Amino acid sequence: MSRLALAILAVLLAAFPFFAGDFYVNLGSQILIAAIFALSLNLLVGYGGMTSLGHASFLGVAAYLSALLTTRYGFGHGAGALLSIIGTTLTAACFGVIALRATGLGFLMITLALSQVLWGLAYRMSNVTNGDNGIAGLTRPAPFGIALDSPAAFYWFALIVTVFAFVMMAVFVSSAFGSSLKGVRDQPRRMAALGFNPWMIRWIAFVYAGFWGGVSGLLYVYYHKYIHPTSLSITSSAEALLGVIAGGSGTAAGPVVGATLVLLLKNYASAYLERWNMLLGLVFLFIVLVMPTGIIPGLTRLTARWRGGAR
Amino acid sequence: MTAARYALEIIHLNKAFGGLPVTQDVSMSICPGERHLIIGPNGAGKTTLFNQVTGDLKPNSGQVKLFGVDVTRLAPFKRAHAGLSRTYQIITLFAHDTLEHNVALGLLGLRPTRWQMWRPLSRYRELATEARRTLDRVGLLHLADHPVSDIAYGEKRRVELAMALAQQPKVLLLDEPLAGLSNTERSTVKALIASIPRQTAVVMIEHDMDTALDLAETVTLLNYGRVILDGPRDQVIADERTREVYLGP
Repeated sequence: MSRLALAILAVLLAAFPFFAGDFYVNLGSQILIAAIFALSLNLLVGYGGMTSLGHASFLGVAAYLSALLTTRYGFGHGAGALLSIIGTTLTAACFGVIALRATGLGFLMITLALSQVLWGLAYRMSNVTNGDNGIAGLTRPAPFGIALDSPAAFYWFALIVTVFAFVMMAVFVSSAFGSSLKGVRDQPRRMAALGFNPWMIRWIAFVYAGFWGGVSGLLYVYYHKYIHPTSLSITSSAEALLGVIAGGSGTAAGPVVGATLVLLLKNYASAYLERWNMLLGLVFLFIVLVMPTGIIPGLTRLTARWRGGAR
Repeated sequence: MTAARYALEIIHLNKAFGGLPVTQDVSMSICPGERHLIIGPNGAGKTTLFNQVTGDLKPNSGQVKLFGVDVTRLAPFKRAHAGLSRTYQIITLFAHDTLEHNVALGLLGLRPTRWQMWRPLSRYRELATEARRTLDRVGLLHLADHPVSDIAYGEKRRVELAMALAQQPKVLLLDEPLAGLSNTERSTVKALIASIPRQTAVVMIEHDMDTALDLAETVTLLNYGRVILDGPRDQVIADERTREVYLGP
């Protein structure tokens, strides 16, 4: 049954550009990018118990690196992408060492501070980053000679990357290491007493999450062909965090649902309401009140109750 | 490596929380395979002493040695790899996971497999088999697939034990393994502790003297963070000071 549903979903997702207009296909691409970003944040928030308000750092670093390498330093897209991802992962490795000196609120504040530093750099180091004007005139890569300039081509590209990212992160979470990570989230002291190194486990998860954050950043800059300091801002981090929590942190599908919701609200509500953030806030208030653990866990419980009641 | 004389040595250990001394010049030595009991009234510093042995707390001065090796500055997880294992007075289990998963984590902690990132944990059948064997040992095999949150308090105490036993430690610290158990549960757990193989030295904190004294060969009496008495069981029981500490002068 669920396998059938999965197959239908796969066909629908793959065939989406055939029956949807360009506007919707582009919206779909943006949702996919936001989904990878939210999934990577969920590794920290949901499975690692590390609530970060600075995850946009990795999206931004990858996007800026790719933009700079391809425009200013004349790298091709292949080498540019590789170096951007390596650079982002190294950034995550350094940030992890700093942020993991604390847990809980301390960790949250350090991640926020670090991402604010990057945001400030992007704004003020205008000789490199072009400051508030952002970096425009970027191009999309053409992997294996296939141009990604049409909305449909880019959508399929993003879909393949997203499916790969989803599977990789799901495998990671269900692995022995994933069990260690969840254990450290729930009982760090016990885990240490059992022989697990809590710090190292958290740090590896942090770096891995940074890596996938970087992948979403690459897609992000390819899609927009433009990068601006706002993608490094606290709003960018907070929106993703809201998505993860609203969809259901620590679940596989929750972040995808949450990220979709945020993006749809942003795109539709902002057309009618100038203060669309207010609507976003209200929707989240509603979710938190009705389904405190998020949409996916909430729906799972509802259907379980409904099935139980039908019997 | 020559066999060390003692499995666990605590040497002139001192610890204070601010101005409050909780461990004062505590020394004791436990031989491999020994059954040792630590007694003392509430607030005597028994659990604090355990936490210094495991590395959760850093002592202000003094040494902890495992098989002759100084581990005083070693992180808790490294001590686990050196053969130290413990249970907690306050139950510290993974409530949403199954009993099997809880015990499997105990096994995983000492294996390189714990760093494996590309293969689902469920594929390691051998880990599950061994976890079930350990659960069978503590009489909980029939509950292996239930989440910990579903089972009774007394059963949780036995899962605590199973997690530690699965690691086949050389030194096992038991922090009030009988706390809050009914009479029948007590005798079950007592038999379980008695069945721990002799490769393992057992150090136990316990208030229930009737049960615990049967298991012990040597006893340390702590009060206000100090060692009052330390010696063979019968000698400590017979001593005037034991009665004084427990019943008042």
